[in-house]
Amino acid sequence: MNDYSICIGGQAGEGINKAGLLIGRVLGLLGYHLYMYYDYPSLIRGGHNFAILRAAEDTIGAIQGKPEIVCALDQETVNRHGNGSLLIYDSDDCKGEGIGIPATTIIREEGGAPIARNTVLIGAFCRAAGIPPEILKEAIQKEFGGRADENQRLALRGYHAAEERMQIPIRTHDPLPMLAGNDAIALGLIRGGLDAYVSYPMTPSSSILHTMADLAQNTPVLVIHPENEIAVITMALGLSYAGKRVAVGTSGGGFCLMTEGVSLAGMAEQPVVIVMAMRPGPSTGMPTYSSQGDLGFVLHAGHGEFPRIVIAPGTTEEAYEWSARAVHLAWQFQVPVFVLSDKNLGEHPKSTSIDPAFAVPIASIRSPRGTYARYCNMPDGISFFYPPPLSGNVVKVNSYTHDDVGITTEDPDLAAASAVKQIRKGATIENEMAYYGCLRVDGREDAPVALICFGSTGEACREIGERLSLKVIRPIVLAPFPLAQFSDALAGVERMIVVEENATGQLDSLLRGYGIVSDRRIANVSGRPFFLDELELKVRGVMQ
Amino acid sequence: MKGAEFISHAQNTWCPGCGNFVIQHTIKDVLSGLGKLPEEVVIVSGIGCHAKIADYMQTNSFYAIHGRGIPVATGIHLGNPQLTVICSAGDGDAYAEGLDHLIFAAKRNVDITVIIHDNRVYGLTTGQYTPTSPPGFAGKSTPEGTHEDPINPPDLMLASGATFIARSYSRDKKGMAEVLKRAILHKGFSFVEVLQVCASFYDAHACYDEHVYTPEGHDPANRDSAERLIREWNYAGEGAIPLGVLYERDAPTFGERVLAGKEGEIDRTGIIERAIGKR
Repeated sequence: MNDYSICIGGQAGEGINKAGLLIGRVLGLLGYHLYMYYDYPSLIRGGHNFAILRAAEDTIGAIQGKPEIVCALDQETVNRHGNGSLLIYDSDDCKGEGIGIPATTIIREEGGAPIARNTVLIGAFCRAAGIPPEILKEAIQKEFGGRADENQRLALRGYHAAEERMQIPIRTHDPLPMLAGNDAIALGLIRGGLDAYVSYPMTPSSSILHTMADLAQNTPVLVIHPENEIAVITMALGLSYAGKRVAVGTSGGGFCLMTEGVSLAGMAEQPVVIVMAMRPGPSTGMPTYSSQGDLGFVLHAGHGEFPRIVIAPGTTEEAYEWSARAVHLAWQFQVPVFVLSDKNLGEHPKSTSIDPAFAVPIASIRSPRGTYARYCNMPDGISFFYPPPLSGNVVKVNSYTHDDVGITTEDPDLAAASAVKQIRKGATIENEMAYYGCLRVDGREDAPVALICFGSTGEACREIGERLSLKVIRPIVLAPFPLAQFSDALAGVERMIVVEENATGQLDSLLRGYGIVSDRRIANVSGRPFFLDELELKVRGVMQ
Repeated sequence: MKGAEFISHAQNTWCPGCGNFVIQHTIKDVLSGLGKLPEEVVIVSGIGCHAKIADYMQTNSFYAIHGRGIPVATGIHLGNPQLTVICSAGDGDAYAEGLDHLIFAAKRNVDITVIIHDNRVYGLTTGQYTPTSPPGFAGKSTPEGTHEDPINPPDLMLASGATFIARSYSRDKKGMAEVLKRAILHKGFSFVEVLQVCASFYDAHACYDEHVYTPEGHDPANRDSAERLIREWNYAGEGAIPLGVLYERDAPTFGERVLAGKEGEIDRTGIIERAIGKR
C-alpha cells in the first residue's frame, strides 16, 4: 500500500499553502488521493508555516504524524520536522542531511521572485521522488495558469539540480479536484438553492466568504459583508423574509454576537443557514487552529426554546451534500440550521468527488386558503411560508410571542399555543430526519469496541478503526439527535470510546443525556488535529 | 386604499397623548395618498414603544429586536427592492443599541426610510436616559442626573453620508406628512428624526412648541446651509429647532450597486462545475 507524507515548511509569506497545493497537483496527476494539513500561526509575515501533504491509494482525511519527505525553505523546518527519510532544502538558507539545492541563488540567477523558491524545491522534490518532469510541468500549468512559464523554468532548474533517491509509482487514476471543507460548504450551499451569503470575516470561516464572493461574480448570487455579525444575521433574516435563501458564516466570537439573531430566527420562524466554524477558545483563543469546543454552545445558542437542526459534516463530500440539504431543511421546516465545522475540516484540502447535480429534495408546496396567517397552526407545527408581497394579504413576522397572524400577544392560552407549536415542529423535524442517514458507521461491523466521534475527527477515527479492527460511529446530525439510528449502530458494542477535540467531552455529555454512557474518553485540545500515530497510541492506551 | 385600511385590529396600548399616534396616522395617510397597497409596504421595527407600530399597521411587518431593525430592513430591501421599506426605530434603539447599523445604512445609502421616534427617554422600560436626553437628565438609572451630553443625530447622519435628513415634530402632523412623503419618495437612505412627546416619562411639548420652526427659503441641496441649520440646536440647550427636510442629495443606492447584473436564474450546476474544474 503506497502512502506518502511530504512536508514543506518556511516562513509566513513564502507561499507555503500554495506550495502544498502544487505538490498536491503533482501527486494527484500521479493518481493518488490527497489530503493536506496546513499549519500557520495568526500572522502575515514571519513565524513558521508548514503544509503536510499525504498521498494514498484510498480516500483519506488525516495525516500520519512525522512526515517522511521534508522540503525546507528555512532552518526552522529542518529543526521541527527533521530530515525525514528524504530532505530537500535550500542550501543557501539552511543546513541538513539530504539534497541541498541553492534555491536562493537559482532565483537570483533566473531573476525570479523570492516567493518562487518553493517552486525550485518542488522541482527538486520531483526529481528526488522519481516523478517525470512532464507531470511537474503539467501540475505547474494547472496551478499557475498564465504565470506557468516562469515557474516551469524555475522548477526545472530545481529538478536538474537534484538526483533521484526513490520512486513514487504512477497509478492510473484520474486526479480528483482538491477541495477544502469551506469550498465544499460554499458549493453545497449553492447546490441547495442559496441566493445570498452574508458574512463578516473570521478565521476559519473567512474562506467560505472569499470563495462565495468569487463564485458569485457574474451570477445572481448575492454576497454581502456587513458591519458586524449582529448585522450579518439580522440582515440575513431580512433577506430570508423577502424570499431569498440565505446563509451566514462565522466562528465562535462572531457567533456569540449572532445569538440574539438566532433566537429571533427561532421565534419568528425565519429560515436561515448558519455555518459555524470552530476554533479554540475561549475568546480569541488560537484563531488559526482547530477545536470542537463549541458543540454545546451551538446546540443551545439563543435564549428561549425553539427547534433547530445541527449538522456536523466529517468529510468534504459530506460538507457538500449536507450544506445543500441544510438549505432545504431550513426552508422546509422554517428553522435555523447549523453547519458545524472547524478549521481542520474547513481549511484542509482533500481529493474530493462531488456531483455538481446532487439532488436536494424539493420543499413541499402548500397553498393557503382565505386570509393569510403567517403562523397558521397546522398539526405538524409547520405554517405556510410566503414572502411578501402576497396579493391581498400581509405577512407579519414577530420576535414577540405572537398569535397566528403574527401580532404580539401575552394571552396565556395563545402563549401556550405558540410554545406548543414550536415543540410540535421539533417533533416533526425529528420524524422527518429519520429519512436521512444521520450517522456514519465505519470500521469492523461486529467489533465489540466502538470509537464515537463527530465532525472532522471522523477521518482519523475511521483509519484507526480500520487499523485496530474497531467500529467507528459518527453522528452527522447532532440535533435532533438521531437516537434510533445511533442505538441501531450500537448493536453488539460493549465498550465505547468517545474521541473529541475538546476538554470537557461535549459529545460525551450529549450522549449521556440520552442514556448512552461511554467507557473512556480521548480528548485533544492542542488546536492540532489528531495525527494518526498519536491517536492510535491513545486508543491502544485506553483499550488496555 | 383608504387610510383606515392601513390600521390593524390589534389593540392599541400607547399612552393617551403619546406622540406615536401622530406618527402612525401620518404614515397611514401618506401611504394612502401615495396609492400604496398594504402588501407593497413593510414596516420594520425594533423594540420599544415605537415598535408596536408593527402590530398596529395592517401592512407587511417585521417586528424585530432592539436596535436591529435597520439591518433587517436592509436585508428586506436587497431581497426585494420593489417593496417600500419603512423602518421605525426609537432613540434607544437606533442611537444606543444599534448605532452602528444607522451609520452604515447612511453610509451605504440603502433605499429605506428610517423614522426615529425620538422621545428622548426609554418609555417601555419606564424612564431611563437615552443618547438624546438633555444633559443632567434624571431618570431611573441616573437619579442624580446623567454625566454625559447628548448627541446630535442629524449632524451624525450628515457626517455619515445620509442623502436625506429631515426633522419633524409629533404635534405638527401636517409638516410630518410632507416630510414623510418626501422621505418615502426619496431614492436612497431617508433619515427622519421625529421629536416625539412621551406623555408619561418626558413630556417636552411646551419646550418644543416654543422652539420649533420651519426655515423659510432653505435649499436642502446646500450642504453648508443644511449643516448650519442642523447645528442650531444640539439637543442640549435652548436653541431654535428647525423642522422639515434639512438636507437632500441624489446618489446611487446600495441596492442599485449591489444588485446590478444580478437578475436572472442561477446556473447552480454551472457554478459548481466551473469551481471544481479549477481545482
